[in-house]
Amino acid sequence: MTASFSRRLLVASLSLLALGAVQAQSALDSITKSKTIKIAMPTDYPPYGFVGPDMAPQGLDVAMAQLIAAKLGVKAELVPVTSANRIPYLQTKKADLVISTLGKNPDREKVINFSAAYAPFYQAVFAPKSLSIKSWADLAGKTVAVTRGAMEDQELAKVAPASLEFKRFEDNNATIAAFAAGQTQLIATSAAVAGNLMQRNPGLNTEYKLLLKDSPCYVGVAKGEDALLAKVNEIIAAAKAAGELEALSKKWLGRGTGELPL
Amino acid sequence: MISFDFLAVLAEWPLLLKGLAWTLGLTAVATPLGMAIATLAAWARACGPTWLRRGLGVYVELLRNTPFIVQLFFIFFGLPAAGVKLSPELASVIAMTLNLGAYGCEILRAGIQATPRGQWEAAQSLALSPVQVFLRVVLPPAVQRVWPAMTSQIIIVMLGSAVCGQISTEELSYAANLIQSRNFRAFEAFIIATLTYLALAIALRRLLMWAGARFIFGRRPA
Repeated sequence: MTASFSRRLLVASLSLLALGAVQAQSALDSITKSKTIKIAMPTDYPPYGFVGPDMAPQGLDVAMAQLIAAKLGVKAELVPVTSANRIPYLQTKKADLVISTLGKNPDREKVINFSAAYAPFYQAVFAPKSLSIKSWADLAGKTVAVTRGAMEDQELAKVAPASLEFKRFEDNNATIAAFAAGQTQLIATSAAVAGNLMQRNPGLNTEYKLLLKDSPCYVGVAKGEDALLAKVNEIIAAAKAAGELEALSKKWLGRGTGELPL
Repeated sequence: MISFDFLAVLAEWPLLLKGLAWTLGLTAVATPLGMAIATLAAWARACGPTWLRRGLGVYVELLRNTPFIVQLFFIFFGLPAAGVKLSPELASVIAMTLNLGAYGCEILRAGIQATPRGQWEAAQSLALSPVQVFLRVVLPPAVQRVWPAMTSQIIIVMLGSAVCGQISTEELSYAANLIQSRNFRAFEAFIIATLTYLALAIALRRLLMWAGARFIFGRRPA
């Protein structure tokens, strides 16, 4: 083997290594370099992510995305996704973060990493402020609108007194309409639907009454992006301490964050 | 390989039975009320004053030219805005009654208009009052002529009650829908609902054909 050949081999392998280093550049590095962060968010899921009357995306998830981008000192580039494709967007690096009412479960944990929780997502019983409801027993003799086959329907049947009368409707819109028209005293639904209801019908004075089931939202980060994940967790912890998460939740969901898991 | 499990659906028989009872109940209330409206409206449209005829024309056209489910939604979701709050069951009965009233009115009017002029004149020349002429001379043969059409309309209204589940009236299709959303046995649940509706419709037709001849217009002339 000649000296010149081995030198060439060395150069080649070094440049290959360098190339590899470029490819393995962490998401955090490329974010700071390009000054933008791509964040996947829903556009069809009020009050978490939706398009407002001015055609601009808004909602809790959008506000959260902007908060994280601001703290990183970069610009947020919002990538609209649906529930079905939000994880693939992360896996294929079309997005750096997913902030899209993403709940944590063991199957998802196999393919992506989760930050600390940033917002609550829950199913609950809602009613006008004038109605005093402190416990499940207070539901006796009342009427409640639920969407047939939804989780609220079954969860509520387990804990409510037998005299609570269920009015079941085909979809969320009919359930909301029945409650908004005053056809039922209560509505059992998800925070997303209730938030939407409160925004559109402020006159109803609807408020959160009793919690049915909790499954908070997390920021999704691709596997292997530990530096970015650490940074996001740092931002969430700081925002939590400063009361910013609480304010976001109150603004969009009509209820504080409660205990958010790490 | 699809496997059927009818027992999973039939195990929910109290729900199905309740649904069946509601479907029957809604029909049982809406039919006589709707027929009464139809008769009054047909009389008014045939011999009432012009303003009443026009008013009823609006009612009939409005009800016959809009979908039943929209009428139902209007009564249940729309009227509360005007301060009229009705239970799902009451809203269903009202929608079915008004619907049958409008269709029945036109069916009956056809029967009344087919009454030969001589028959009216003969009755009047016997010094019968206008009410007597209508009730005793004109109406019975008119009802007899249109009874098959009227029977069909009543059955359509009974089958139409299937959409009342949309406003949470717990009728038969609501029960089938609820069962299939719990155990995902959609095929079995809807087959059972379908067969039940079929049996109900056939039974109702027989009952009405028998009752019509027995109580309403007397035996068919030979």
